[in-house]
Amino acid sequence: MPIHPEEILETIKMVTNEHLDIRTVTMGINLRGCSHPDIRVFNEQVHAHILSRAENLVRTTEAIQSLYGIPIINKRISVTPIAIVAESCRADDLVSVAETLDRAAHDAGIDFIGGFSALVQKGITPGDLRLINSIPLAMANTKKVCSSVNVATTKAGINMDAVSLMGHIVKQTADLTSERGGIGCAKLVVFANAPEDNPFMAGAFHGIGEPDCVINVGVSGPGVVNAAVRSLQNPTLGDIAECIKKTAFKITRMGEMVGREVAQRLGAQFGVLDLSLAPTPAVGDSVAAILEAMGLESCGTHGTTAALALLNDAVKKGGAMASSSVGGLSGAFIPVSEDEGMIRAVQRGSLSLDKLEAMTCVCSVGLDMIAVPGDTSHATISAIIADEMAIGMINRKTTAVRIIPAPGKKVGDMVAFGGLLGTAPVMPVHNFSSEAFIARGGRIPAPIQSLTN
Amino acid sequence: MSSSRFIITVIGLDRVGIVAGISRVMAEHSVNIADIRQTIMKDLFTMIMQAEVKSAGFNLAAFQEAMAAVGKELGVQVIVQHEDAFRFMHRI
Repeated sequence: MPIHPEEILETIKMVTNEHLDIRTVTMGINLRGCSHPDIRVFNEQVHAHILSRAENLVRTTEAIQSLYGIPIINKRISVTPIAIVAESCRADDLVSVAETLDRAAHDAGIDFIGGFSALVQKGITPGDLRLINSIPLAMANTKKVCSSVNVATTKAGINMDAVSLMGHIVKQTADLTSERGGIGCAKLVVFANAPEDNPFMAGAFHGIGEPDCVINVGVSGPGVVNAAVRSLQNPTLGDIAECIKKTAFKITRMGEMVGREVAQRLGAQFGVLDLSLAPTPAVGDSVAAILEAMGLESCGTHGTTAALALLNDAVKKGGAMASSSVGGLSGAFIPVSEDEGMIRAVQRGSLSLDKLEAMTCVCSVGLDMIAVPGDTSHATISAIIADEMAIGMINRKTTAVRIIPAPGKKVGDMVAFGGLLGTAPVMPVHNFSSEAFIARGGRIPAPIQSLTN
Repeated sequence: MSSSRFIITVIGLDRVGIVAGISRVMAEHSVNIADIRQTIMKDLFTMIMQAEVKSAGFNLAAFQEAMAAVGKELGVQVIVQHEDAFRFMHRI
């Protein structure tokens, strides 16, 4: 059946007017073969291995971009969690490994590299501890390296010692990058139930159940969904869900096509297609704008959680119909600094940290790109992380915290990070102490729903 | 990629010589026009061509560059995309 001119123009309009893009093509690379007791040898092997796998990634991706006329914004790499592959290194800290990853990312011409990571939901090994303690300096000394630490799962519960430690690490990371608004924290995420195949940063890493080399694709398109919802004439919520589902279907198909072509040309396995509505600072390319299109005066007001639940579910349904390889996070992201609608909602007082926390119960990730006052204590940061981890653990879903205690900033100030990271309004936190709770440490046991075997 | 067919979309203000200019560049690159449709909506000229590439030595990047250049001369936007971009999105 020939393609109708209206369909052609619809696709072109999605790209030119509504910011449809392939947000990222992320190559997952297994580094398990690089382990070596001598950290200098290890670093050399890591650098050589990444470049041998990814040397054609950028060139191939750019060729596909021009073939289909669909912008591919970022090229990224994820690697096996460094805490695992560097466990055997005889070294006190792993900052040099992060610097090696940064150099490899630069040499490969990619935008970000993820996997300076540790999985510590049930306990911390000496290698994990060395990695976590290296995070602040690693984030300060590198530009393209992203770090993540998984501190909770539904099966294991929440490692509260790790949660407590991450409060300190987040604070130190902010302090070491204070001249740039604490930007190190924008590259650091704390997870519950971290997915092993997520192509989005800062949380991407190449999971231990993954193949040797894999291509995962992240597609975005809040602007397309926003335009589609706004074009409906007096719709019911059922009509809106249907419209979002159909739009998500079309976007996902585009991502699948690109992912398979890139993987085939690079001789890598095609992994997952992650359709996540990831906003950008561009006007209209906003998840908040979609929620407001449904009839809310301002994002964050009563009804926002219900609207977001509808959106997130419809996106997943459309995606699941369009591709058998849907994975990663697949849903709606609500990063405050990267979404002009969210920023506006915070500034006019309709969106609070507490409401964002409630929203994370029904959307794909968590408290994302949130700036809080620079004098927020490590215990409060840990307690915010603990709350979010509890939501993920109980609801059997991924949740994450990417929070920036912006040095020297107070409530109402703005912190600019630039590029896709955007500009964050500093939001208030509760002033009552959580210190004694966090200091207890130990583990919050796995919930009853983990006993399914 | 299942074929060597491309969709060429030309959008801009109507003027004399658009079809001639675009098809000249296509001929220079041995690109055959399989189908052509055009409409004018509110003074906006829209032409959609299905084009087929016959020559084995076809250089997509050079063709896209030449099409963008002639588009600039004519004051129109020219987009060259492989047809799979539309087939995947609109057909199951």
